[in-house]
Amino acid sequence: MVFEHSQITLFHRRTFLRGMAGLGSAIALSKLTGCQPTTTGDTSGDPVKLGLVAAITGSSALSGESIKRGLEVAIDEINANGGVMGGRPIELVIRDDESTPAKGVAATRELIEREQVAAIFGGLDSPVSLAMLPVIHELETPYMGVWAAATGITRNDFDPNYAFRVSANDNIVDNFLTRYAQQEKGASKIGLVLINNPWGESNQKGFEEWAPKYGLEIVGIEKFNDGDTDISAQLGRLQSGGAETLLLVANAAPGAQMMKSLDRLNWDVPVVSHWGISGGRFPELAGAEASKKVTFVQTYSFFGEQSPVGEKVLAALQEKYQLAGPEDILAPVGTANAYDAMNLMALALDTADSVEGPTLREAFYNLPTYDGLIKTYEQPFTPDNHDALNEDDYILVQWDGDQIVPISS
Amino acid sequence: MWPQLILSGMAIGSMYGLVALGFQMTYAVSNTMNFSQGAVVMVGAVLCYCLNITWGLSAIAAVPITLILCAALGLLIERWIVRPFARNGSQSWLLSTIALGIIAENLVMLTFGKEVRGYPSPLAETPVSILNFGVYPLELVIPVVGLSTALALRLLFTRTLWGKAFQAASENPDTARLLGVPVTWLIALSFSLSTALAGLAGMLIAPIANVSATMGTLLGVKAFATAMIGGLSNPWGVMLAGVLYGVVESVAAGTLGGSYREIVGFIVVIVVLSVRPNGLFGRSQVKKV
Repeated sequence: MVFEHSQITLFHRRTFLRGMAGLGSAIALSKLTGCQPTTTGDTSGDPVKLGLVAAITGSSALSGESIKRGLEVAIDEINANGGVMGGRPIELVIRDDESTPAKGVAATRELIEREQVAAIFGGLDSPVSLAMLPVIHELETPYMGVWAAATGITRNDFDPNYAFRVSANDNIVDNFLTRYAQQEKGASKIGLVLINNPWGESNQKGFEEWAPKYGLEIVGIEKFNDGDTDISAQLGRLQSGGAETLLLVANAAPGAQMMKSLDRLNWDVPVVSHWGISGGRFPELAGAEASKKVTFVQTYSFFGEQSPVGEKVLAALQEKYQLAGPEDILAPVGTANAYDAMNLMALALDTADSVEGPTLREAFYNLPTYDGLIKTYEQPFTPDNHDALNEDDYILVQWDGDQIVPISS
Repeated sequence: MWPQLILSGMAIGSMYGLVALGFQMTYAVSNTMNFSQGAVVMVGAVLCYCLNITWGLSAIAAVPITLILCAALGLLIERWIVRPFARNGSQSWLLSTIALGIIAENLVMLTFGKEVRGYPSPLAETPVSILNFGVYPLELVIPVVGLSTALALRLLFTRTLWGKAFQAASENPDTARLLGVPVTWLIALSFSLSTALAGLAGMLIAPIANVSATMGTLLGVKAFATAMIGGLSNPWGVMLAGVLYGVVESVAAGTLGGSYREIVGFIVVIVVLSVRPNGLFGRSQVKKV
């Protein structure tokens, strides 16, 4: 059979019109069935849904669990005190991103469009959080980071910016670590040992920005990959260059290979690290002795004297999860950040008295003072600053066996 | 710096060589390959870790049990993943073995977990100093094991009746069958030996490279590359190519930086194969008709 030209045109036109009609119906249906978050109708007493997109399974599963615990303890407290927005309880809806950006993006869209969450908490992985940003902004739903530290998550190009964070920010951490290397370790020359990925690059920029401000000379920048088993040649170059302190940015497994390579060189040099090495089995991989030699950054420690809030949270964690003590708390940084972030979220919901994204976003700039676990938050967010924590809120810690303990200085 | 780079490169290169020997062996006998060799490396390391560390079996027992299990896995691969396709003259064994590797990796993620685990070994605890550079004793043991295995295989293939049977099965399976050579059985045996070698490599490298579900992926690709540049007709050449490749990688990473490890390594592969299509030590096959 041969189509005449007019038939082909007609066929295309019909198909187009059918498609347009279908699309129109779909849009109308989606409006009718409420595929967008809505605040219409009587919702008093209904739970306010909040989402968590984090690694619940996989190599970073401990991080997801620790965040979940921090959020849940805070939610129990908030709901016991009457909930938010005049009596609505908070309900947490959790999705597993498996440390995969694509899965994080899909989960974000599903949580907002189907579950109608008012805001989303993020997990450990910066690449996942960065990938979630376009969806967050397209659907105008606030994002609250509680672990992922990439500078670009909160300092992004979106206007208005829906990404907030109660966690470290690479650039601020780099300032903190550089200052520590100069002031506490007495270094004048530093060597950078960075994982060969965007996270390493993000921190390279930060170190290059801050080192000159503290009068530090970067004698070399060495990059290595996840699977590298021996980087002693690269470290040897830093040793020859006269590095007095090494600044490390890597997760637990490659960080451990770096420590083993130092052992090969028999080079006893101070190592100051970003918190990547706290997210896995660093002492098991590097060895107990080597792991003690690294000083790294955290936002909170449940060891030592606790504030009243610290004692309350520790007791709640122990009771809810049958923990013997602070040594049983998985990845304390995730739990502490998540606890404070959830409380700030509750205050924002109260301030906004709405689950509409734009209203809730504005409310973050007008929060009342909150006496939190990590610190007392006085206007934690401003239009120019979406990071609630700064270098004054970081602490330095070391591995002691399987525990992360604050260093004495 | 150089002795350190060379010794370190030889250790990792011997791993490539051992796994590549598996490619060479099955290709020599059956003209097929098991592209899940990298996954079998991982399976060897994970099995040994579970037997030795998780279930507390002594290393003396865990190592042979792992080797036997890996060898058995090879038999299963040949029977169910390769033979049904190869028998019909299809090349689909290529895809089916790759698929098996992916399945194995995901199964291990589900059961063993995705976390990277450290494998404690007295041979990888304290470095010994050689020419003022520290190397782990295991890094000296690995090349010795690798080169000895290659030598043993060469002797097996060239000096024994078994070797002649292997060659006969490879060159003309139909005639070999008529002369009483158990060709089907020999092919299964070659797969079994190849997976046992991959398992051995996994166990050897685990204390240095740690144990994880994804540890074999890149290693399998590099082993295939070294099998190609070594020349698929020569086990000794394959092993030597593995060691050389490891040294090239190590020197590239050490002198130019970690980012250049794979770039330089695979450029070398392309250059070698473009100059010598049959590999550094291989000979072009001439089929007399």
